[in-house]
Amino acid sequence: MPVANARALPSLLLLALMGGVALLLAVAVGSVPMDLSQLLDVLSGGGAPLYQELVFSLRAPRALAAFATGGLLSLAGALMQVLLRNPLADPYVLGISGGAAVGALASMLLSLGAMAISGSAFAGALISTVLVFGLAQGRGSWTPTRLLLTGVVIAAGWGAVITFMLTLSPADRLPGMLYWLMGDLSYARSPLPAWLILIPATLITLPLGRSLNVLARGPLQAAALGVAVRPLEWSVYALASVLTAVAVTTAGSVGFVGLIVPHMLRLVLGNDQRIILPASVLAGGALLTVADTLARTLMAPEQLPVGVITALLGVPTFLFLLYRSR
Amino acid sequence: MAVLETHDLIVDIPGRADGQPLSTRIQPGQRWGVLGPNGAGKTTLLHTLAGLREPRHGQVLLDGEPLSHRRRRQLARQLAVVFQERQDSFPATVLETVLIGRHPFLSPWQRESAEDIRLAHQAIETLSLTLLRDRLVSTLSGGERQRVSIATALTQQPAIWLVDEPTNHLDLHHQVAVMELLHQQAAQGAAVFMCLHDLNLAARWCDHLLLLYPDGELCFGPADTMLVPEALERLYDQKLSVAQVNGAPVFVPG
Repeated sequence: MPVANARALPSLLLLALMGGVALLLAVAVGSVPMDLSQLLDVLSGGGAPLYQELVFSLRAPRALAAFATGGLLSLAGALMQVLLRNPLADPYVLGISGGAAVGALASMLLSLGAMAISGSAFAGALISTVLVFGLAQGRGSWTPTRLLLTGVVIAAGWGAVITFMLTLSPADRLPGMLYWLMGDLSYARSPLPAWLILIPATLITLPLGRSLNVLARGPLQAAALGVAVRPLEWSVYALASVLTAVAVTTAGSVGFVGLIVPHMLRLVLGNDQRIILPASVLAGGALLTVADTLARTLMAPEQLPVGVITALLGVPTFLFLLYRSR
Repeated sequence: MAVLETHDLIVDIPGRADGQPLSTRIQPGQRWGVLGPNGAGKTTLLHTLAGLREPRHGQVLLDGEPLSHRRRRQLARQLAVVFQERQDSFPATVLETVLIGRHPFLSPWQRESAEDIRLAHQAIETLSLTLLRDRLVSTLSGGERQRVSIATALTQQPAIWLVDEPTNHLDLHHQVAVMELLHQQAAQGAAVFMCLHDLNLAARWCDHLLLLYPDGELCFGPADTMLVPEALERLYDQKLSVAQVNGAPVFVPG
């Protein structure tokens, strides 16, 4: 709003710039490093064939997948927090990651291919969403508390199934499964589906920002101020679920980004959803891109799960921001 | 200018038998007070009049058209509600909160104009919140938050005010200031409908009263015809004594 208004555009531009730098960094850094002039050569269509191959077939798709996943998760997290009016909400609070994980692990257990892993992860995410909403509806109408409780209990159920599947798994498949559970972008094959969802979703949420600001003040107050509460809630829940399902399908259940990025931005930029939603997309994308770059270079040739890095970067940053906030 | 009407309205209070149906008109310039003991359904009636709850029976009409036929956004341009309970799970400043009252007038892509911001500043000044303008609402006292809610409704420039306990948490000075504000809104052509638990405020500031009995019975009319000690004693199941102060009745328990 007015106060934040003045800061809105510069902040978004700064975040976009950070996103761009993160993407360039991700493409330049690795086992064969490139300097800026080599990188620019390659990006403008020249450069050595090895570099061409490296950038366009390996690093750029992975960096773009990381950016899109981070953007999807942060946007979904910001939406869930407003809808459930609960700062602890994150994209996985309704059990979506658990459902996806059961699907993905089942495919891995059966030694199915990457395509099947993605497909069953997506199916698992959607089944979990429908299950949570169906059960939370019950015989009456759902409330945020009821939805949260149903989601948490369903997630616990999935957790038990996941542990059971892990104990059944042969030892040689365990690392892959654990990496998937912590989030790992080496599974991401094409960044295209994630971007095809992320861009329209961001554009759809932009004009909803002010209505969501009103909704954050409670459904009755929002209705009294002219918001069609139920249709808005339903469509935004559906949107957030699809965003999360696509993110999980792309990179496994990367934790932390969806919970922390919107909060970090709120601490710095205030709580106007018109700024927070697009800012979440940019900041979440940048964070996950940097985290993934670190994940694959820090202990190269060993790769770390990206979820570990997001948490290691995010925890101190968030605690610092929280500590110095009023 | 807008008229709010009820036709054979029975509000839906779960587990309670249908009471007496309410058919009345709340006209521009009128100040209605609703009196009744705890749990008589004052708030439920107010929410039903705002179209936020479905009635069990009957209709609420705004300018002759049923509320259910209108879009919420259209309604919010004419009708403001001040709630008794508020949620602020995320931090927002006083100015941001008051400015939310312009929401029904703005299209999804539109940002608040200078005029919207001016209206918000004006409402903040009217409710003596100027010094608190940039404070977070969550850091305010109960009475200050109550004034923020009223300022939000004022920014909405409603033709109909539905106010649940306008003087909640307010000190004596601000009680009078808020009641004067509502009086002035009515004088300028708004219709004001408020739930009150304070009989004396109702006696002093309302020109129409609606008494809601716990068994669902009700009666309403011009204030002076309703302020009958016997009826009020039955309403609250409490003995009352009446004194005259400056020509107005004052009711005291006992």
